[in-house]
Amino acid sequence: MSIEHRTYTDLTAPDTSRMVAQVTEQHERVAARLAEVKACVAVMSGKGGVGKSLATAVLAAACARRGLDVGLLDADLVGPSAARMSGVDPSGLVVSEGGVRPVVSGDGVRVMSMDLLLEDGAPLAWREPGSESFVWRGAQERSALREFLADVQWGELDLLLVDLPPGTQRLVDLHELLPRLDGIVVLTIPSGASEAAVTRSMRMAGDRDVPILGVVENMSGYACPDCGETRPLFPGDAGSRLAARHEAPLLGRVPFDPRAAELAESGELAPLLDDTAAGGVLDAVGVAIIEAIR
Amino acid sequence: MKFLCVECDEQMIFEQRQLPGDGTLAAAFRCPECERIVAMLTNPMETQLVSSLGIKIGGREVPGQPLELVRSNVVGGREDAFVEDEPDTGPDISPARDRSGPAPSVVWSLAAVERLEGVPRFVRGMVKRIYTDYAKENGISEITPDVMDRARSDLGLEGM
Repeated sequence: MSIEHRTYTDLTAPDTSRMVAQVTEQHERVAARLAEVKACVAVMSGKGGVGKSLATAVLAAACARRGLDVGLLDADLVGPSAARMSGVDPSGLVVSEGGVRPVVSGDGVRVMSMDLLLEDGAPLAWREPGSESFVWRGAQERSALREFLADVQWGELDLLLVDLPPGTQRLVDLHELLPRLDGIVVLTIPSGASEAAVTRSMRMAGDRDVPILGVVENMSGYACPDCGETRPLFPGDAGSRLAARHEAPLLGRVPFDPRAAELAESGELAPLLDDTAAGGVLDAVGVAIIEAIR
Repeated sequence: MKFLCVECDEQMIFEQRQLPGDGTLAAAFRCPECERIVAMLTNPMETQLVSSLGIKIGGREVPGQPLELVRSNVVGGREDAFVEDEPDTGPDISPARDRSGPAPSVVWSLAAVERLEGVPRFVRGMVKRIYTDYAKENGISEITPDVMDRARSDLGLEGM
């Protein structure tokens, strides 16, 4: 015997559980917080190990050194490194009723990252009942990203750079949370494997009508610290091929530079930008981003 | 989420929420026509799924705190991750019997302070704000362990 009754959409009175209203309020809170952010750009690759976090931190510093007010949001919650790369002290985020103040790097970049919150070496783990955590882990991470956007006192920014983790899901999360995503910068290494993975990310961005500001090919050869010559490191030409396929500019080819890696490890981004071949290329990429968002 | 009293063909109204403290949740809905009340009971996993979205069934009773979900749910947070920038109107957590100077709007009893000190520092400042907001919302001038228990139940502050 079936029971005849009205369905959810038949009931026209408001949802008194207020769940939908709260989700709407969450979006409004993000929009209000980012009202003073002129441009939001995500750096993504779709593939791990391409040096994206380092490049993002350097790009943020490069833009800040050119006079922009820049924020750096590390959306890689599981493998965060923005604070370390930016050389900021991972302690003492000030909390007030208005939100959490981001930590400011030596270059003036306002940084928020999960590595400011976790004990050294501690993995990101959530308080949760029993097993089957896969059911809500994605929701937890998306909510954490939302809080990083909405609850951090970003203030007036010319540019908020978001460091996305490998894969495509976080781009979807970010795109749904933000009132406006002004573009993505795509990082790849020269190899065919990277090209295949990064293509998926670029298609995801295209499907969502997110502008692709350009492609950066990282580890594009090895810059010998002795002779200064740059030699091939990986087979392939992913940067040019991806740029051509998606009709986006190739913003730069960044050589693998041991000295740049060493400086980044210690968060010394100013000498990295000034004195290394990799820094010089990334500085030029920063200029291209500035021109694109203007 | 809506509840329908099929017999009356009336949409039921959210009445109250209870968190027994075992990870489960009970939300009661009342029919405005026949006054019948039904309770939706969720198991810990269902409760977690809802709370992972940063929402509370029935709505919030006190304002959301900065990074509330992160600070409430992350395990392994740095003890020194946060510094509370407390305004003048913030809670006085000095023991009630020792306080001097202008009377704050909400004070903490010694027992409540001791209990608060048992909360990990990663989340302590936020917990303090939540209890204080709860006290203000409910016209409570002194926070005691009993008030903390009531707030935990009313607000669903598992582990706080």
